Amino acid sequence: MNGLALPAALFAALAAVPLLSLPDYVMHLLITMLLTALAGTGWAMMGRFGLVSFGHGAFLGAGAYTMAILWNELGLTPWLGIPIGVAVAILAGVLLAYPAFKLRVVGHYFALVTLAAGEIVRILIVALREHTGGSLGMTPAKAPEGGAFLAMQFDKAGFWWVALIAWAGGLLAWRMLDRSMASKALAAISEDEDAAASIGIKVTAEKLKVTVISVTLAALAGALTAQYRQYLNPESLAGLGISLQIVFGAIAGGMYVPLGPTIGAAITIGLEEGLRIGFGTELTGAAPLVYGLLLVLFMLYLPRGIAGLFERRAKTPATAKRAPGEATA
Amino acid sequence: MDPFFLEALVNGILLGGVFALPALGLNLVFGVVDVVWLCYAELVMVGMYTVWFLYTQAGWPLGLAFAACLPAIAVLGLLLHLIVVRPLLSSPPINQVLATGGVLFFLQGAATLVFSTDFRSLGVDMPPMEVGEVFVSGTKLAAFIAALVGAGILWAFLKFTYVGTAIRAIARDREVMPLMGVDPQKIYLIASAVGGALAGLAACLLVVQLDVHPFVGLSFGPITFMICVMGGLGNMLGGFLAAFLMGLIISVGGFWGTTEFSYVVAFAFFIIVMFLRPKGLFAR
Repeated sequence: MNGLALPAALFAALAAVPLLSLPDYVMHLLITMLLTALAGTGWAMMGRFGLVSFGHGAFLGAGAYTMAILWNELGLTPWLGIPIGVAVAILAGVLLAYPAFKLRVVGHYFALVTLAAGEIVRILIVALREHTGGSLGMTPAKAPEGGAFLAMQFDKAGFWWVALIAWAGGLLAWRMLDRSMASKALAAISEDEDAAASIGIKVTAEKLKVTVISVTLAALAGALTAQYRQYLNPESLAGLGISLQIVFGAIAGGMYVPLGPTIGAAITIGLEEGLRIGFGTELTGAAPLVYGLLLVLFMLYLPRGIAGLFERRAKTPATAKRAPGEATA
Repeated sequence: MDPFFLEALVNGILLGGVFALPALGLNLVFGVVDVVWLCYAELVMVGMYTVWFLYTQAGWPLGLAFAACLPAIAVLGLLLHLIVVRPLLSSPPINQVLATGGVLFFLQGAATLVFSTDFRSLGVDMPPMEVGEVFVSGTKLAAFIAALVGAGILWAFLKFTYVGTAIRAIARDREVMPLMGVDPQKIYLIASAVGGALAGLAACLLVVQLDVHPFVGLSFGPITFMICVMGGLGNMLGGFLAAFLMGLIISVGGFWGTTEFSYVVAFAFFIIVMFLRPKGLFAR
């Protein structure tokens, strides 16, 4: 277990960050980065095997809204609400993914099916406005005196630790998947489904496995983001916009390396804040403009993301040798 | 029959006409170039701004503004192909889709910078007409007829011109056609320009019905993709019919429930179609 020494040391160092008593704003950025990175890591779990989803926002929303509604209407603590929210998201994911995989919806078609599913979740959130507040969004009820822990309403340091654990958990899942036979099977599947099936790989089961991991991380990221912001709205937790942003972060950072999506999250959040500070709020339109430009440039010149720059020197994992989506029919 | 239900049916067909044009353009580009333009609805958005700007700000007559919109968006389609799509032609399809997704963000951002997020209205409306027991919005009817005429011209272009024949041939078999002396690069350019022009025409029809804002594309973009896929990506006739089916589902669904409910039904219908007939409703 020698390989774990460095990550463990790094984790300990990161856990000590609140001791630096950084300004609130910096902590806010760091926490947001970690949670964005978690969502991106979740997406890349599927994306790197050619399962490109344009609806991952829906899983953020499913996790976050389930948790918030349970807390507001039944007073159920988010400590239980989050696992339930994740379970709901997994259920939704499997309901969609199982027939999609079974009936071999791949490539473009898979991307568009997930896009439709993401839109359905967004519209449902808007339509169920009596519970969700519709487009205006909702806020989780304030915790009673002394109940902040139970309500998961921490200060910045507390959230840093929660986010850090969740993020590290995501990376651990990545590492475990990479070391298992499943990653070899998935790499084979993304190369050629028929050939993979012919050598005894259970295509649907393997794909479902990685989907469940991916959805879990995304739903967790959604619930924690909502809990951290103490505000939920459909635009930032479901629908095409946020889904594409997750994709952008993962692609920009590089989806074939565990830390790639985290680098991507640092870029997207840094970019957003940099533009906001640099140009002020009247130029809000500049952020998507620069995003879009970068996404195009990345696809043209750096399709493997920032992390792709360093890959040549590192030991390339078997799955990293190919570009995404080649399995498209 | 209940006149309100009849009205919902008529509105569904009219709505289908509006969806049909962007679906045709998207299918043309996909069928020929084999790339999904994720930013197609944003091209329409730029077209809507073009008409709005020329008509309300520059004071052009509406007809002239419409006439200018088509070539403007055709040029935009050309640029999109030359700058973004052509260098990626040999990349994996998902990279192509993501790059055009980048263009989607870029155009939204650019529109926000130039025009702000305010809703802009053309302020043109035609009086509703009464046909039997049913009231039909004049603007919607005019848009519907224009969409049919546009689709007809496209059909004639593809069917009776030399270039149109080459376009259809490339869509049929892109390996053999270069051997027959057709330059695929040139055909790709033409198809991109025609696809752009169709987005421009769709913009003219939409701008009289919807207010323009930078994110207006998101309100009809996803559904346009679903229509294309449902009809079978690249299958123009299938997409055309699917547009009317989708329009009817949304309109009739809205008659029985809320508008939101009708969109949920439409999207769920799409997913089920994908599961049962992944090559499209009208695949043989």
